[in-house]
Amino acid sequence: MEILAQLGDGFAVALTWENLLLALLGCFLGTIMGALPGLGPSNGVAILIPLAFTLGLGATPSLILLTSVYYGAMYGGRISSILLNIPGDEPAMMTCLDGHPMAKKGMAGEALSLSGIASFVGAFLATWGLILLAPQLVKIALLFGPAEYFALFALAFMTLGGVSSTNQAKSAFAAALGLGLAMIGVDTQTGVPRFTFGEVHLYDGLDFLVAIVGLFALSEVFIFLEERHGNSSADNSKLKVKRLTPPLSMIKACTPTMLRTSFLGFIAGVLPGAGASLGSFISYSMEKRLVDKEGTFGTGDPRGVAAPEAGNNAAAGGALVPMLALGVPGSGTTAVLLAVLLSLNITPGPLLFTQNPDVVWGLIAALFIANFMLLAMNIPMVGLFTRLLMVPPKILMPIVAMVSFVGIYGISGSSFDLMVMIGFGIMGWILRKLDVPLVPIILGTLLGNTMENNLRRAITIDNGDWFTLIDSPLAIGLWAIAIIGFILPLIVGRRVKAKMRRDEEGAISD
Amino acid sequence: MSDRIFGIVGIILAIAFAMSAFAIQESFLSDAVGPKAFPLIIATILGLSSLVIAIKPDPEPHWPPFARMAEVFAAIVVMALYAQMLPVIGFVIATAIAAAYLSWRLGSSVVASVLTGVGTSVGIYAIFHLVLGLSLAKGPLGF
Repeated sequence: MEILAQLGDGFAVALTWENLLLALLGCFLGTIMGALPGLGPSNGVAILIPLAFTLGLGATPSLILLTSVYYGAMYGGRISSILLNIPGDEPAMMTCLDGHPMAKKGMAGEALSLSGIASFVGAFLATWGLILLAPQLVKIALLFGPAEYFALFALAFMTLGGVSSTNQAKSAFAAALGLGLAMIGVDTQTGVPRFTFGEVHLYDGLDFLVAIVGLFALSEVFIFLEERHGNSSADNSKLKVKRLTPPLSMIKACTPTMLRTSFLGFIAGVLPGAGASLGSFISYSMEKRLVDKEGTFGTGDPRGVAAPEAGNNAAAGGALVPMLALGVPGSGTTAVLLAVLLSLNITPGPLLFTQNPDVVWGLIAALFIANFMLLAMNIPMVGLFTRLLMVPPKILMPIVAMVSFVGIYGISGSSFDLMVMIGFGIMGWILRKLDVPLVPIILGTLLGNTMENNLRRAITIDNGDWFTLIDSPLAIGLWAIAIIGFILPLIVGRRVKAKMRRDEEGAISD
Repeated sequence: MSDRIFGIVGIILAIAFAMSAFAIQESFLSDAVGPKAFPLIIATILGLSSLVIAIKPDPEPHWPPFARMAEVFAAIVVMALYAQMLPVIGFVIATAIAAAYLSWRLGSSVVASVLTGVGTSVGIYAIFHLVLGLSLAKGPLGF
């Protein structure tokens, strides 16, 4: 009951004209960004952060705008998967498998609307999951001291590579690089400058927004330049969509699938290091094993469209749980959202729920509203978005680059920051070539200082005894999970990745 | 081979990082851990992971031919020039030139890329400056 009262307060916060308008804008932009190959949820949110910031939006409105973009991108990714067999973003990869064959059979409209409904079910249930689970997690988090927090951060880094990671050394490298970058600037506890090389601009530390926009958005521009992939992959003939509602029998047949995969996707989202891509992958493979008796999966089975879409949207909601309740994001986009909160001087974590309940519940209410908006946008108006798929990268990418520059310049007004951003863009491009994950770098620059402060606080409280880090059962438990999470991919990682790749190739080679 | 070079660069980076960590001036007022310990832990992880990458390299990534590399390099130069010239010649002109260049290199014809450049620049100026009131760099012409 208490929860419903708080949710009611949240709706009171979210239901202002400004917030509704921002949610609508976010949903619209998010769907576009998800649909366009080359712009994913983390890119999209990253580009828009400076905008939210320079507009002087408060914490709740900014979060509403950006999480709407996040949810929207999860919806939008399926459009190009189904119509073009090119995933609009990574989590939409599995939707290609059955979505595109359906479109080939002339059922593109059915596939789009069914996957829209599946996305809605996944996101809707996951938002309820968020409401129920996050406060419970907060209760546990209130027991955490500095030593436990340090262990929790370590856990986040060690599991971030995820079970699909094939090279843990590269994940560890990325995390250490990010943490190292966070060390630049004046030490908060003793006031001595570190790694600044006498450059005054660096005394405040690197602005992580600059790092994020450079790593995600600019490196994407470089990739397109390198491949000279300037023309749109869509042509008019592929984008014909006939009926825009799935037959009732199809929805009925897919309902158990949607419910099961929403649950599974949500769990995958909450767990550290899994995220939406794995959510949709697990959902698809489980459904295939469970209901694919006639071997129709992969040939345009509607259930194969509903499963990954419900799964990835549920995972997106699930990933918000650790970000809001613990302040430790488990995926790229939630890391970017954390950056927004930190820039607004709001520290997520257990205290957020007691100190800024309006932010939390306003956000949750906005998620419900955004979800309905997205359903409306993605079924009757899907034709509009399919037409946007024809915008070729040679027009899109310059816009992406310029909006990135404008955003960063708008925050700081300094050419120095723009140069740093270009530097991060180059770094991001090289690291992506070398298959080094970028998310741990972002997370490292975001959490580095907090992690160090917790370490130092824990040890100072215990008069310089380093063993205090493994002194409580809670801390030992967290370290154990961290170590298992780091080692497990070394054993099963190759198998999972190989399987994901095989399924994907199967889809393309048909 | 790429991963071996990458690993070695990483090791050098780790050593440099550790050395500058040792060089941090400690203040007389310090906590039990001090400002050096955590950077040194990071340097260790950085070094160890680089070592593993160098010893056990992944399959070679797909590097573009030299011409494509030059393409990316030229774009970097243009962006750096853009960053430096922005306060000098103003937002609209600088952005139009940079966007037109990128569009041209992505395969637009000359006319189309000029249109893309001007369109992007004026569009961003209209939305971000005129509608949203964001302050953009002012050039000698006032925009």
